[in-house]
Amino acid sequence: MNKHLLSVRDLSREEVVRILDTAESFREVGTRVIKKVPALRGRTVVNLFYENSTRTRISFELAAKRLSADVINFSASGSSVAKGESLKDTALTLEAMGADAIVIRHSSSGAPYALSSWVGASVLNAGDGTHEHPTQALLDLFTMREHFASFEGLRVGIVGDVRHSRVARSLAFALGTVGGQATLVGPPTLIPPEASGWGVEVSHDLDEVLPKLDVCYMLRVQRERQRQQFFPSVREYARLFGLSRARVGRLPEHAILMHPGPMNRGVEIESEVADLPRAVITDQVTNGIAVRMSLLYLILGGDASRAAEAEAKEAAGA
Amino acid sequence: MPERTLLRGFRLVDPVAGHDGTTDVLVEDGLVAAVGPGLAADGAEVVDGDGLVLTPGLVDLHAHLREPGFEQKETIETGTRAAAAGGYTAVVAMPNTDPVTDNVAVIAEVRARAAAAALCEVFPAGSITRGLEGESLTDIGEMAAAGVRLLTDDGNCVGSSRVMRLALEYARPFGVLIAQHPQDAGLSEGWQMHEGHYSALLGLTGVPAEAEEVVVARDLALARLTGGRLHVMHASSARTVAMVREAKAEGLRVSAEVTPHHLTLSDEDLVTYDPNRRINPPVRTPEHRDGLRAGLADGTLDAVATDHAPHAAEEKEREFDLAPPGTIGLETAFAVVHTELVATGVLTLSELIERMSSRPAALLGLDGHGGPVIPGRPANLAAFDLTAEWTAGERPFRSLAANSAFLGRRLRGRPVHTILGGRFTLRDGEATA
Repeated sequence: MNKHLLSVRDLSREEVVRILDTAESFREVGTRVIKKVPALRGRTVVNLFYENSTRTRISFELAAKRLSADVINFSASGSSVAKGESLKDTALTLEAMGADAIVIRHSSSGAPYALSSWVGASVLNAGDGTHEHPTQALLDLFTMREHFASFEGLRVGIVGDVRHSRVARSLAFALGTVGGQATLVGPPTLIPPEASGWGVEVSHDLDEVLPKLDVCYMLRVQRERQRQQFFPSVREYARLFGLSRARVGRLPEHAILMHPGPMNRGVEIESEVADLPRAVITDQVTNGIAVRMSLLYLILGGDASRAAEAEAKEAAGA
Repeated sequence: MPERTLLRGFRLVDPVAGHDGTTDVLVEDGLVAAVGPGLAADGAEVVDGDGLVLTPGLVDLHAHLREPGFEQKETIETGTRAAAAGGYTAVVAMPNTDPVTDNVAVIAEVRARAAAAALCEVFPAGSITRGLEGESLTDIGEMAAAGVRLLTDDGNCVGSSRVMRLALEYARPFGVLIAQHPQDAGLSEGWQMHEGHYSALLGLTGVPAEAEEVVVARDLALARLTGGRLHVMHASSARTVAMVREAKAEGLRVSAEVTPHHLTLSDEDLVTYDPNRRINPPVRTPEHRDGLRAGLADGTLDAVATDHAPHAAEEKEREFDLAPPGTIGLETAFAVVHTELVATGVLTLSELIERMSSRPAALLGLDGHGGPVIPGRPANLAAFDLTAEWTAGERPFRSLAANSAFLGRRLRGRPVHTILGGRFTLRDGEATA
């Protein structure tokens, strides 16, 4: 494994499979009465969150704790950041306290890259601006794999505000890595024209795309984008690109519904659709912990075992 | 300082006089006294050329010296020291200081501080509108009388067609350039880099080349309407070049500049989110870059201007979108353009000196700069070692800032001496003050 997880584009197909396979074994830990293994005992993981996020932060926190790591949550509000400390100084402070891994969520695209250039710790991107959200894409692949035998040719519709979505970027790139076929669906203002260079298909007609899908992945729509006139009204958006009960009928029987959360029920997805058995939205949340355990283990545990090996060799030599 | 200096055995490249050959140049009391082979030293201090190229001192149409107001980024003294180190003898200082240079009092203050440092002649640009607010014209006539050669709201685009029209019209009798930072406000809202493949990949908000082009198209129409002198700053789009080329063929009074970074970098260079490569306007695709190179080669783009934009380390060592845009450029400009365009055959050395010295001096109407290097002219000269190889940033910059987009880049060609009014401001690669 690489030292950092900044973008899914840095992962090979083999690495993705290894991450998912490792997550498979950790998923079982979550079903035990005592949900803990000692893999990262003595290691320190810092959750550095510059944006409010409940599910991703809790998911990373649980993942680290189930691996017996020490976890520190550092949120921008009510900290030195609120007093004007720069990202660099915050990073150096955390480094000085002995952080082994820093999980960062930030509103600036590329912030994890800057962080990784300043610290010796491993950096895990937990969502940066409108760039990427690699762990979300990996947990999404994990969830898809529970339902489909292979990624090869798997048809995934990613519906909504692709332009501003880090989830969509990471998922489209990751699907490309494992051999799936993504179709981006939304109004032209919300799909960058350059996306055609990502090896994906682009459509502006959801009804036409639905019958061809194995997975229908709905993105969260931010109302702020309506104020910026990327679409004229929430009502029109819901009518053209919302997943209604009637539209679900156009999907093949076997197709599943996914959403990264938090949902806007009644905007991108009708409330009762979100609660259908084929909607695997809560499975995504459960799987998120296992996938993040897998990543922390492979990134940190790998180092530790190498170090231990080296130590043992040295001792043997002496 | 000795009164007389004999520059012996230099290869003199002087595009105005049409000279390219080895010769001696005698400098006396700040002026060129004689040019020719085998001049007698006659008590003058002798400086041997030893393979160096001697040219008119470089002239920069576009530098941010930051003083007054932003002395944490750069001062007139450090900025002009950087200019001297880069081979420059004259720079135009941008007006987005605090206070803005929108009146003769601030202009006089900038000139006085530059004169005290005595490292490079500084021509403060006046702003087109008061406080750079884009609304009411400054006292252009009074500033022109105080020595202002160029007016610009650089950093801001003059958005109002009415104000731009009036500026071009009103300024006409004063012989000054109305220089525009062409960028449509609506198309550039919240931008972080060029809009294209890489902005989509990196999740950064893009600004399309069209944001520049729509303003250039409008300004050219206004130049036609008014007969005013329009100068297009830091062209970044190949279609801007095409429009300027057409306008020149039509006979409009238009000139344009391009920066070393737009000539040599492209949007792919932003994949590491290096804040030093966050630049306004952004570097664009290789196709745009090649269009700019062709425009410089055929003379559509008149001048290479640095857009030297220093920032303090703590301002740049930030998240990409929170870092202020800009790169320093005075100390690397010659070497970057020489390495990328002359060594590769896009430009001849004489054309390079024309674009970096003679032509910008002519646009500003500066008699004392840009050559010709002939007796009786002020001795504003620069000497370069074309074979020297170095790495940008390997030794500290003379600028107060270090935010160079070229850090770590191997360069060929280096300023060795700079002479301002007969005095060395850079000697053997070392600042003299």
